[in-house]
Amino acid sequence: MTILVIAEHDNAVLKPATRNAIAAAARIGGDIDVLVAGAACAAVAEAAARIAGVTRVRLADAAQYADHGAENLAALVVANAAAYSHILAPATAAGKNFLPRVAALLDVAQISDIVEVVSPDTFVRPIYAGNALATVQSADAVKVITVRGTAFEPAGEGAAAPIEALAGAADAGISRLVGRELTVSARPELTAARVIVSGGRALGSNENFHAVLEPLADKLGAAVGASRAAVDAGYAPNDYQVGQTGKIVAPELYIAVGISGAIQHLAGMKESKVIVAINKDPEAPIFQVADYGLVADLFDAVPALLAAID
Amino acid sequence: MKILVPVKRVIDYNVKVRVKSDGSGVDLANVKMSMNPFDEVAIEEAVRLKEAGIASEVVAVSAGVAACQETLRTAMALGADRSILIVTDEELQPLAVAKLLKAVCDKEAPQMVIPGKQAIDDDANQTGQMLAALLGWPQATFASKVVVNADKTGAAVTREIDGGLETIEISLPAVVTTDLRLNEPRYATLPNIMKAKKKPLETTTPEALGVDVKPRLKTLKVAEPAKRAGGVKVADVAALVDKLKNEAKVI
Ligand SMILES: Cc1cc2nc3c(=O)[nH]c(=O)nc-3n(C[C@H](O)[C@H](O)[C@H](O)COP(=O)(O)OP(=O)(O)OC[C@H]3O[C@@H](n4cnc5c(N)ncnc54)[C@H](O)[C@@H]3O)c2cc1C
Repeated sequence: MTILVIAEHDNAVLKPATRNAIAAAARIGGDIDVLVAGAACAAVAEAAARIAGVTRVRLADAAQYADHGAENLAALVVANAAAYSHILAPATAAGKNFLPRVAALLDVAQISDIVEVVSPDTFVRPIYAGNALATVQSADAVKVITVRGTAFEPAGEGAAAPIEALAGAADAGISRLVGRELTVSARPELTAARVIVSGGRALGSNENFHAVLEPLADKLGAAVGASRAAVDAGYAPNDYQVGQTGKIVAPELYIAVGISGAIQHLAGMKESKVIVAINKDPEAPIFQVADYGLVADLFDAVPALLAAID
Repeated sequence: MKILVPVKRVIDYNVKVRVKSDGSGVDLANVKMSMNPFDEVAIEEAVRLKEAGIASEVVAVSAGVAACQETLRTAMALGADRSILIVTDEELQPLAVAKLLKAVCDKEAPQMVIPGKQAIDDDANQTGQMLAALLGWPQATFASKVVVNADKTGAAVTREIDGGLETIEISLPAVVTTDLRLNEPRYATLPNIMKAKKKPLETTTPEALGVDVKPRLKTLKVAEPAKRAGGVKVADVAALVDKLKNEAKVI
C-alpha cells in the first residue's frame, strides 16, 4: 500500500499543513510518497524529503504548476494516481480547491476534513459545523482525503528520502493567475500559532481592531484572528476568519474578545486547549466553552490585561 | 448567457443540531429547513448578473426529496426564472450530485454554474469542483468577486485563499463557487413569492438522467463530539492573569 500526499507550498517554502497530512498518512500505514508540484521549487522538495515517514518525493517542476491552479494540478495527480491506495492533501483553501477535482476524475468519493483514522478505509469527520462526528467507510479503490491539520500532530524531521523528477502533464490553458493580495504580517500563521487573540464585531472599527488587539498579540507572540462579523465589516482581512467557513485553529490559548460565540465561530476554535472570553454580556454563548470568562467591557479589559502581563 | 445555480435544502443555520441517540444520524424531524446560505449568495450573484444585462436566464436546480421544491420556489422568489427538481429519496453524496448536475448541464448548456462553496450540513466543499472536473471546465472556488468579460468568453474571479485574496482569469463556460462575502442576498418580497408560484418547475429523476447515485461512503455512526467542561468566570483582569499563569500555565 502506497499513499500519495500532495505538498502545499509557495515554490519557496513548504507549508506546515503538509506535515499534518503526512502524519495522517502515517496513521493509515504504508509507504508515503510526497508530490511537490510547482515551478523552481527544488528547495520545497528537499524540505519534504527530510520529513519523518516519507519514502520518496516526486517533483514535478514546470511552469504550468507555478500558481497551483486546480485544473493542471488535478490532471497531474490523476495521471499518476494508479500506483496509490490513498491520496491525501491538507484541508486548506488550496487542498479543498483541487482535491475534489481529482476525486471526480477518478470517479471516487472524497472524504473531507478527516480528524481520525479508524482503519485504512474508515475515517471520522466533523459534519454540521462540528456539532456531530461521522464515522464513514469508503468502498472506493482509491481513498481521496483532505486532512484537518489540528487533529494530527505534525510529522517531524527524519532521514532524507530520495527525490525523483516527475514529467508534467500538458497545460490545460483554461485558467490564469492575475495576481495575489496576500496579508503581510510578522506574526505567526493563524493555523500554526501557539496563542491567538481574536476579535469580533464589538471592536467597532478597523482602527480599533488593530489598536486594541495588536499590542496584546505582540506581547503574547500571538496570531490575530477574527469572527466573520468582524471580517464582513471590514475590520480585518478575510484570511483572519476563524470558523466553519474560515480557518480551523487549536492553539494552546485562544482569547476571544467581543465575540458572541455563534456555532459557526465555535466550529473553528473549540478544540483550543485554553479558551478565554472577554465579553460584556454575561449570557454570551462563548462563555459556555470558555475556560476563563471575564464579563467586562473589552475597551477597559484588554488594555488592563496588556498592562498586567509582564 | 444562461446561468445555472444548484441549491440545497439543509437544516436552517440557526437550528441547534441534535445527534440521534441510536447514532444513526442527526435528528431532522420537525426541524426548520432552509436554503443553504452559500446558495442564497449564489442565486443573488446570478440574479445581479441578469439585472446587469450580462446573464439572460437564471435556472435553479435542486436534487433530493420532493420537499426541495420549496427551496426552488424560494430561489425563484429571489429572482431565478425557472427551476429543475431531480427527485429521489436516496441519500445523495457530492459525487452523485455533481453527476446529476453534469447531466443537466449537458442538456441546458449554461455558460456559468454557480454553486455555494459548501453545504452547512455535510460541510463537504466538493460538488462545484467535482462538477467542473466532470465537465472539463475551469473552476473558480471561494469567490468574493466575479467580473464577466465584455465579450462573455471569460471572467475574472477574486478568490478567498488562506493568505488573503487571489484573482484568476478563467475561460467560460466555468464553475464559480461562492464565499459569503461575494454579496449580501436580498430578502424575498411577498409579491415575488406570489410570482414564484407561477414560474415553471420541471421535475426529473436520476434514472431519467441516466445517473447512478448510489452512495460511495457508508456512514457507520454519527456521534456527538466531546463536550468542553464548562469553565469559570473570573472577577477581574488580575484574577484572569493569575489563572493563565498559575493554573493553565499558558502565559
Ligand atoms: C453559513 C454561515 C457560515 C458562517 N461562518 C462563520 C465563520 O466561519 N466564522 C464566524 O466567526 N462566523 C461565521 N458565521 C457568522 C456567525 O453566525 C455569527 O454571525 C458571527 O460569528 C458573529 O460574530 P461576532 O461574535 O463578532 O458578532 P456578534 O454576534 O454581534 O457578537 C458581538 C459580541 O460582542 C459583545 N460586545 C459588544 N460590545 C462589547 C464591548 N464593548 N466589550 C465586550 N464585549 C462586547 C456582545 O455582547 C456580543 O456578544 C457564519 C454564518 C453563516 C450563516
